[in-house]
Amino acid sequence: MKLSKRKSSLVATAIAAAMLMTACGGSDDSGDGGAASDGGSFSIYIGEPENPIVPGNTSESEGSQVVEALWTGLVQYADDSSVQYTGVAESIESDDATTWTVKLKDGWTFHDGTPVTAASFVDAWNYTALSTNAQGGSYFFANVEGYDALQAETDDDGNVITPPAAEEMTGLEVVDDQTFTVTLTAPFAQYPVTVGYNAFYPLPESFFEDPEAAGKTPVGNGPFKADGEFVPGQGFTLSRYDDYAGEDAAQADSVEFKVYTDINTAYTDTQGGNLDILNNIPPDAISSAPDEFGDRYGETPSSSFTYMGFPTYDPRYADKRVRQAFSLAIDREAITEAIFNGTRAPAFSVIAPVVDGSRDDACQYCQVDVERANELLDEAGFDRTQPVDLWFNAGAGHDAWVEAVGNQLRENLGVEFTLQGNLDFSEYLPLGDAKGYTGPFRLGWSMDYPSPQNYLEPLYSTQAQPPAGSNSAFYSNPEFDALVAEGNAASSNDEAIDLYQQAEDLLLEDMPIMPMFFGLEQTVWSENVSDVKVDIFGRVNVASVTVK
Amino acid sequence: MGRFVVRRLLLTIPVLLGASFLIFAMVYALPGDPVRALAGDRPLAPAVVAQLREDFNLNDPLIVQYAKYLGGLAHFDLGVDFSNRPVLDTISQRLPVTIKLTVVAVLFETIIGLAAGVLAGIRRNSFFDNLVLVSTTLIISIPILVLGFVSQYVFGLKFGWFPIAGINDGWYSYLLPGLVLASSSLAYVARLTRTSIAENMRADYVRTARAKGLPNRTVILRHTLRNSLIPVVTFIGADVGALLGGAIVTEAVFNIPGIGRAVFEAVGQQEGAVVVGIVTLMVFFFIFFNLIVDVLYAVLDPRIRYD
Repeated sequence: MKLSKRKSSLVATAIAAAMLMTACGGSDDSGDGGAASDGGSFSIYIGEPENPIVPGNTSESEGSQVVEALWTGLVQYADDSSVQYTGVAESIESDDATTWTVKLKDGWTFHDGTPVTAASFVDAWNYTALSTNAQGGSYFFANVEGYDALQAETDDDGNVITPPAAEEMTGLEVVDDQTFTVTLTAPFAQYPVTVGYNAFYPLPESFFEDPEAAGKTPVGNGPFKADGEFVPGQGFTLSRYDDYAGEDAAQADSVEFKVYTDINTAYTDTQGGNLDILNNIPPDAISSAPDEFGDRYGETPSSSFTYMGFPTYDPRYADKRVRQAFSLAIDREAITEAIFNGTRAPAFSVIAPVVDGSRDDACQYCQVDVERANELLDEAGFDRTQPVDLWFNAGAGHDAWVEAVGNQLRENLGVEFTLQGNLDFSEYLPLGDAKGYTGPFRLGWSMDYPSPQNYLEPLYSTQAQPPAGSNSAFYSNPEFDALVAEGNAASSNDEAIDLYQQAEDLLLEDMPIMPMFFGLEQTVWSENVSDVKVDIFGRVNVASVTVK
Repeated sequence: MGRFVVRRLLLTIPVLLGASFLIFAMVYALPGDPVRALAGDRPLAPAVVAQLREDFNLNDPLIVQYAKYLGGLAHFDLGVDFSNRPVLDTISQRLPVTIKLTVVAVLFETIIGLAAGVLAGIRRNSFFDNLVLVSTTLIISIPILVLGFVSQYVFGLKFGWFPIAGINDGWYSYLLPGLVLASSSLAYVARLTRTSIAENMRADYVRTARAKGLPNRTVILRHTLRNSLIPVVTFIGADVGALLGGAIVTEAVFNIPGIGRAVFEAVGQQEGAVVVGIVTLMVFFFIFFNLIVDVLYAVLDPRIRYD
């Protein structure tokens, strides 16, 4: 192993040296039109974004990667997930954790030259929150005072009855060009942590004149600016924004986002040197990629969390001892090794390791213990003659590991299992919303902002039960809700984390979901680039990439 | 002849209407909720969901949705996809790509397929004939996905003769995907031509032509080939129609942003307007090229008249 790694890195160095000697112009795939071009250009993989390039409407990873290059928010996050005031905000402060005063730095401009002001944020947030604009990020403003007035009233069938009563949230107020205040409906000490997310990015005035055009040729305030329209199926090229006011200015002159439908093709293109950065490696190639790419291969923990929820509404799974027994019967390490070749990390908590406050021993029922599992199952009087239904969505590569879970349940608990994996996401999710799962079900989560709260409240609080939220287990424990609320209102970060951890302990005792894995992000890159860094969201930091 | 063509073209209108309604109904009947899938792990705010459903007429019954679609169609509005991009834009951006790929594929299919078929047909049971037989059987039996990835790996990555993926190198980038796309049709054309030629070589009129003392070239090209072309033209015509409908696998393997990928993604996301717009266009191409085939019959065989 050691030898071959060294060998391949030797080869890589040799090739790199050869490239340097023969022609330094390896990065010739973009015409820079005679501008000062010493930074070079590179290309990066994305899948087809689902939405126009509008930050408030972009939640999936493909669009986020582009948005990250084009925008800089109020705050940014360090590798240890701490909040850094390297964005537009000078400070975000509050005395009571309810009314927050946001002060902006001077000198930030949008790519069209207009200044980034308090109104750029307030207008953008109101636009995103207003339900008639149909922005995916709307619910991020649900804790702002006056949000409800921006939501159209709907009947039980989901038809709009009356349009929104207002277009601006009363909780947002522009004080002067550089200052605005946010009033929340309840104290939330972690608020500054949340505002680094996409949905909180500012928008220039030109956006509101023609949102449709802005979705094709986005105008942001980030390290790169768009030179032309985003072409679906192909992508586009961004060039460095020279008047960028942040610290993480772009190193390269330009970056091309290349859209691929098939990650196998993208991988081959990276092998051939036509694609510079790929952070989505085909499963078959993962075991050979580290050797093949040598020091041009990187693995970083990501925020993604995979779990199996229990339908707590089903009498069969209503007893927490049953749920604990199932969790005790699963050998997560064996599955991550055998099925995923170690490309995922077994989960022993519900808060991802990239977040401050995560503990790798939070779960008392996640290490395999067959004896205890069977005891608990007997105590609960679980009927072992009926097979257990295991649910997952089709066509997303979950078949193998869910089957492995089933095999372990059969072996360790003596229950048969039936795989229920024929539904697409579009059917699978509504089924869960309608309490349709008849056994443990697979779901996942990626964080929006690095706070333990983001791994607790939206997933397990009573008010997050569908259709309003993602609590598909329909878990409800007032004590848990109270602990989270206390954590939200805590006066210091340490205190908040302590309360959130208590909530997590309670949750893992009740076990409405079994933690399964945390994601690891694999990235490979070509000899053309270096300084490829992946942030805690799993996005490549395109600004820091340097071209050789 | 002119009247025949006009009548056939007029007939396409009801066919297209019927086809578009059928496709519309099929997308409508797809199970699942596209808006819910759009949201993913975290459900959208309820009022946003309601707005999206209203924007895309998802709450209306099938007939009303279709009527609204036809209403838009009357002024050349094919509707929008879920990211509010007009379907007409998608088509006008992607169709040229698919047309280029089709042209390359059809050229390969016609030139190589015909040449191999003619040579094999006139030298029946020769070494070359057997070679064509074996190689075409081989090509037909390999799935196009395998053929695509293998040729991409060998000719693109290992030898570096062709671009691995994408369309940044102009027509050159279409050569390898075009050949892969054409491969199985090429094999069929070769075998059809070969059989047809071999049969006609024994026909009376060929013996007569030879008896007249015509040179071998003329006998084969003017007499045998022309009469052997009818089944081949039928096949190629239908194939052009099918190829213009996009090649989902080839486009995905070689990352070519053509119409096939667009419709594949749209079906996955249940974007009714996109699916109907593109598939109806495919139906039109199919009808149109079959009409051309019918017209070509009359050119190839003077006995066929449409008046």
